[in-house]
Formats: sequence, C-alpha cells, structure tokens
Amino acid sequence: MVACFHFCPLPSAFCLHADEGKRVTKSLPWWLRDFLWLALFVAVLVGLAYGLEAIPIAGIAYYNRILVIMGINITLAVSLNIINGHAGQFSLGHAGFMAIGAYFSAYLTYYHFAPSLDKMPAGTQQWLMQNVFLVIAVLCGGLLAALAGYLVGLPSLRLRGDYLAIVTLGFGEIIRVLILNIDKIGAARGFSGIPHWSNFFWVFLVCGLTIVISWRLVQSSVGRAFLAVREDQIAAEAMGVDTTRYKVKAFVIGSFFAGVAGGLYAHYMMYLNPQMFMFVKSFEVVAMVVLGGLGSISGSVVAAVILTFLPEGLRSVKDYMPGGRDPRMVIYSIMLIVLMLTRPQGLLGRRELWQVFGRKKKRDQSEAPPVQ
Amino acid sequence: MANGNALLDARDVTIRFGGLTAVSHFNLGIQPHELVGLIGPNGAGKTTIFNMLTGVYKPTEGEIFVGGVSTHDFKPYQITALGVARTFQNIRLFKELSVLDNVKIGGHIHYKYSAAAAVLKTNRFHDAEEAAEHDAIELLKIFGLEDRADYYAKNLPYGDQRRLEIARALSAQPKLLLLDEPAAGLNDRETRDLLQTIRDIHQRFDIAILVIEHNMELVMELCERIIVLNFGKTIAQGTPAEVRANPVVIEAYLGEPAEAAGI
Repeated sequence: MVACFHFCPLPSAFCLHADEGKRVTKSLPWWLRDFLWLALFVAVLVGLAYGLEAIPIAGIAYYNRILVIMGINITLAVSLNIINGHAGQFSLGHAGFMAIGAYFSAYLTYYHFAPSLDKMPAGTQQWLMQNVFLVIAVLCGGLLAALAGYLVGLPSLRLRGDYLAIVTLGFGEIIRVLILNIDKIGAARGFSGIPHWSNFFWVFLVCGLTIVISWRLVQSSVGRAFLAVREDQIAAEAMGVDTTRYKVKAFVIGSFFAGVAGGLYAHYMMYLNPQMFMFVKSFEVVAMVVLGGLGSISGSVVAAVILTFLPEGLRSVKDYMPGGRDPRMVIYSIMLIVLMLTRPQGLLGRRELWQVFGRKKKRDQSEAPPVQ
Repeated sequence: MANGNALLDARDVTIRFGGLTAVSHFNLGIQPHELVGLIGPNGAGKTTIFNMLTGVYKPTEGEIFVGGVSTHDFKPYQITALGVARTFQNIRLFKELSVLDNVKIGGHIHYKYSAAAAVLKTNRFHDAEEAAEHDAIELLKIFGLEDRADYYAKNLPYGDQRRLEIARALSAQPKLLLLDEPAAGLNDRETRDLLQTIRDIHQRFDIAILVIEHNMELVMELCERIIVLNFGKTIAQGTPAEVRANPVVIEAYLGEPAEAAGI
C-alpha cells in the first residue's frame, strides 16, 4: 500500500469537492500550485527511495524490486483503464505498446546515450546527464508507443467490443514478431546490456503522474466525452461528441503511458526479451483493470498492487506442500475466479475508493445510491 | 441554394434500404420558433426521418439544409454543432453517469478545452467547468431535477429519464430540438406535465421544435403544424384542425370505410 499512501499529498488532484480546489487555484496561479505539489512529491519520493536503501532488512533488494514492478504495473493498469474503463474500447494490446516503449527507449540508450555518457568524466555532471538521457529515452519510447496507439485507434472507429479486442490482440503479436526479427535489438536472443538507469524514484514519479493525469482527465470535459462514448456511442455523437476523435485520443494517451512504463521497465531489468511481451502480459493488465473495476482509477491501483504481491506472497505456500510442488499459480487463478464470481463488477465497481467508503459511512438507504 | 431564413430545409429526401424505400420524396421546412408535429402509423418512417436529419443515416436522394448549410457530408456531431439536438424514442441516457454529467455532456460543444488544459487545470479549464456546472444546474432546475443531480441516470424514475433526455438535448443550446416520442410510456398526468414543459421550453429558449408522437391529443394540442406520414410518403399536412378533418389521414389511421373497400 506504499504507493497509495504517498500519493495522498496531492489533494488538489484528488479533491472531491470542486469548491476546495477552486479556492486553492484562486489564491495561486495553476502552474505554481502544480509545481509546488510536484516538488513536494519529488521530495517525498527521494526520501522514500533513500529510506528503502538504508533500511537494514535482509533481502531489502528483493522487496525494492517488487515495489518497482508494482509501480510499473500500476502505471500499466491505470493507463489501460483510460482505454478500457473510461473510453470503453476493449484493448488487448497493452503489452504491445509497452514493448514498443521498452525496446525503442532501450535502443536509444544502448546505441546513442550510453556511449556518449561513457565519454564523460565521472561525477555529478555524468549523473545528471544519465537522468536527462533516461527521461529523453523513456519519453521517446512513450511517444512512439503513442504513435502506435494512434494507428491502432484508427480501426477502432469501425470496430466494437470483441472485434476490436481481436484486432488489438493481433497488433500486440505483430509487434512481438517484429521485434523477434530485428537483429539490432537482439531478436530472439533478447536485448541485453541496457544500463540500469531507472529506479524506484523514476518509476513512482511516472506512476504518480499517470494517476494524477488520468484522474484530472476523467474529471474534465475530455473525460466526460470518454465516458459518454463508453455509455452510448450514438447518444454521444448526437450530443456533439466527436466519438472518433475521443476514441483515438484515449488510445494515444493510454499507449503513451504504457510506452513510458515499458521504457522504465527496460532500464530497470537491464534485459528485454520478446517473451516478456506475449499476449499473456496484456491479459495480466486487463485482469488488473477488470479486477479493480472497469473505470475506477483507484480500483486499478488496488488491483495492480494485489496482483503484483499475490504471486510473490504465495511463494511460501510451497513449503507446506508435500513433494515440494508449487501450487501458487493454481491458487492465484482460483482466487481470480472466486473474485470474479463474487464481484463481477470488480473490487470497486465504477466507484473510486473514497466513494465506496463514503457510502458505507452514510449507510445509504436505497440499493441505488447517488454517485457521490 | 437553400431557403435563407429556414432553420431546417429537407428537400425531396428519399432513403432506400436495399429494395425498401423507407422514406420517399419528403419535404420539410421549419422556420425559427415553429412547433411542428410529425405523425403517422407505426413503420411510417418517422424515426428514419429523424435519423436522416441528425446525420445517422445519409439520404439516398435529396438534400437537407440546416441554417442554409447542406449537411450531406456531415457527421452527427457536426450537425449538433449547427444547432440541432435530439432525444431518442428508446431513452438513450448515459446510464452509469450522474444526472449532472449527462447534462454537462449535452453541452460538450460549448465547454470544450484541450486535454492539456484539463491535465494542467489552467484557468481556461476552471472557467469552462464553472460555466458548464452553472448552466447544467440551471437546466436541471427548470426540469425540477436539481436535487437529483448526483444520482445515476439509470436510477431515475422513467418519467424523469424522459425529462432528463430533453434537458440534455437543450444543454447543447440548439436552435431546433427534435423530440422522438417524448410521451411514450408516460401516463396521462405525466403527459399533461410534459405538454406544459415542452411549451415552457419553447417559449423560454426561443427554439423550434419538431416532435414525433403517437399521442394524438398531445400533438393536436401542442403543434402549430402537423405532417402526416404513411409508408414513407407525406399524405397530409396543415394545422391540427385541417389534419383531423382530412379523410386520407383518417383512412391511414383507421383503415378504409367498409363501403369504400367494397365489402
């Protein structure tokens, strides 16, 4: 729950009541307010990153690694939630977007940035340039993924539901097969030797930004247009929403963040293999979004946290099994099935975390409560 | 060129689905502030005409002008931007969204801003959102729905859903409002209320209204001019009194008199 906890110092983004948000903006210009929050967020992250390094627990590196993977999973789930949950376009190609971001940023770093960094003298300047290079590489990866999202978004103008899912699934596989055949980025051998530039700080910075941006979008006219497209395309069109444009927009935004997450993943794992981006990876992200509740941002976050830790937590089950068999993936699957049977709308449904708790506090009389 | 001051001008509009001519040679001109009724038996092609006017279907022949602009190559959302808003026969609200958000989406064309403005929460974002919120609440007040602004649209009673659909359409600030069977499924009392509501908004917003309706009482009382459709053809038009007395209309609704049919 660490992730959830330290995003809370961003109340302006999470503010439920419009009035409070307005009061803040009236007193400060928007760019200054956002900048201050960002600075605070960065400070907290830096503190946490150092703290995690310093804690003298055996195997802290292992937990650190799982936290980072959790951050990447949250970014993936929240970005897919924009496409699947908000705009209602069922996409199974998220691993493809992630792969594009991962491979392109790794390519840039490996062939361009890392060699020029090596020529520099070691010191603060090199450290600074390394991070600048990382940001550039990851952003470029995100942008290329966004371009791919644009191209995949185009057929979604014509296709709906299952048909779109199949197209995006095919897209993901095309990307994987393409990578498998490009020798320069390792092909089937995998792409190794990527420098370890990404870390806890960058992953959670991106993760936080993705959540805030996604939240602000859904609270805006853009987000309302997404939701309108999801709810009823014909009615949305009749209300003046250019459904085509907003579908493509959702794809572009969602795939951008998937690409960025991929870039950070590449620079953290230091090794990429096309096998990592099989359609199973897409399903994993879809499972997070569906489990959390389609359209619920906090639901995606919670589900991503659970689905990252669950397989890890289940590792110890093996010790109690006769013959040392490992049933953790069986238990994992059974838990997913049980969850979907008992809560088909996902953990949080379409609500956000605080709306669910707010409802319990009020003990609403009707089965059909107001939205807030 | 289209008739300059007509809000809507449909000229010789024909649509065929395969071998079926759903609507043939339909003509309709609507002036600002007019209240026109479109009636006819089931399957006469009324909703098809609505779908052509709003760009859901493209006419096979003929052309439709909105405010003097040909809408032939326009998509539905572009026609909405020209000032035509509609409701649907089978209610098409955004069910899982709040009543307030439904109305806000109705005003989408007026309160748009870029995704970047939304993410950075610029002043433009705040201004547009404030205006959207204010206008939406005002509209909900007119329809007596303001205390249910936070409800999911799907949780409203049926009659309120119909009214919310009208509110949502009005939120687009149209010059012409198309109502597709607004009284369908309403009881007598609700229908009377609806009649009053339509009259009110007609006055208050100074808009033209084209209404499809099966409820004769409502149409006769509400509309200044009525067009009667049967098998895709216009068989009569005129004031309510004229239409009521027209033998062709009576025949379309009640069938031929026994003697004339030769029985």
